[in-house]
Amino acid sequence: MKHFCTWGGITIMVIASVLGDVYLSRAMKQVGDVHDLWRRSGLFHLIGRILRNPSFTFGVAAMALAFFSLLFALSWGDVSLVAPASASLTFIGNAFAAKFFLHEKVDQRRFFAALLVAAGVALLAA
Amino acid sequence: MTLKKYLVLAGVTLFGATGDTLLSHGMKQVGSVSITHLQTVILAVLNPWVAAGIILLLAFFAAYMSALSWADLTYVLPATSFGYVVLALIARFALHEHVSPLRWLGIVLISSGVGFVAGGPEITPKPQETLPMPPELDEEEHEAELTGVSGGGDR
Repeated sequence: MKHFCTWGGITIMVIASVLGDVYLSRAMKQVGDVHDLWRRSGLFHLIGRILRNPSFTFGVAAMALAFFSLLFALSWGDVSLVAPASASLTFIGNAFAAKFFLHEKVDQRRFFAALLVAAGVALLAA
Repeated sequence: MTLKKYLVLAGVTLFGATGDTLLSHGMKQVGSVSITHLQTVILAVLNPWVAAGIILLLAFFAAYMSALSWADLTYVLPATSFGYVVLALIARFALHEHVSPLRWLGIVLISSGVGFVAGGPEITPKPQETLPMPPELDEEEHEAELTGVSGGGDR
């Protein structure tokens, strides 16, 4: 039961986190550079522009689901397993999602970096 | 990359790492959450450690959103993963915990990954940013200009 709940929580957390990252990244690219916007239009205009973006709303909802899934998984499993496992799987998932959904140029350098970080995070749990 | 952008990435790294640590400590105090009592997860935010962790994670979120507005997701995530290394170093030198050789290897791999991605561009250029097409040229002439072949020189 403990094993099932831990990995169930990790799986939901990874899927929701990747979805959240992709939608938040899309939203912020649509909003534009926040430093420039803040300087030109002020903080309240910037916040309003971010909050009105539908991708932001969906991204935050997915992140909230990922957050509560993380809490659920942490309550069942050790942090030394839950945190690295969810983080390393999220790195790999994001590399693929960014390439196919955000059309980012995930070249060999970036994919290799994601693999190195994911492997390193997994080793930290060893 | 400006100093301000490096500071934003450092904020993502530090706020995320410390927020996760406080959250983990708080959830251990709250105890295991049963599937039949999922409302316990909601009530967990009343724990001071969880609440402090959430505040730090909100700061992390603001810095993260800022970074995503000028950098690719596949740049921001590996570049800010240095927080794991910071946590391991705190565990070794401040808390005097034992860090096994495998963990040191993990630190080396993460640092290498951060170095790899930090050496590249932070954002994928949009097609129109690579070489904008002058408005007075049609597509055929622009193509010729790109390839270096003069297509309409006789006109």
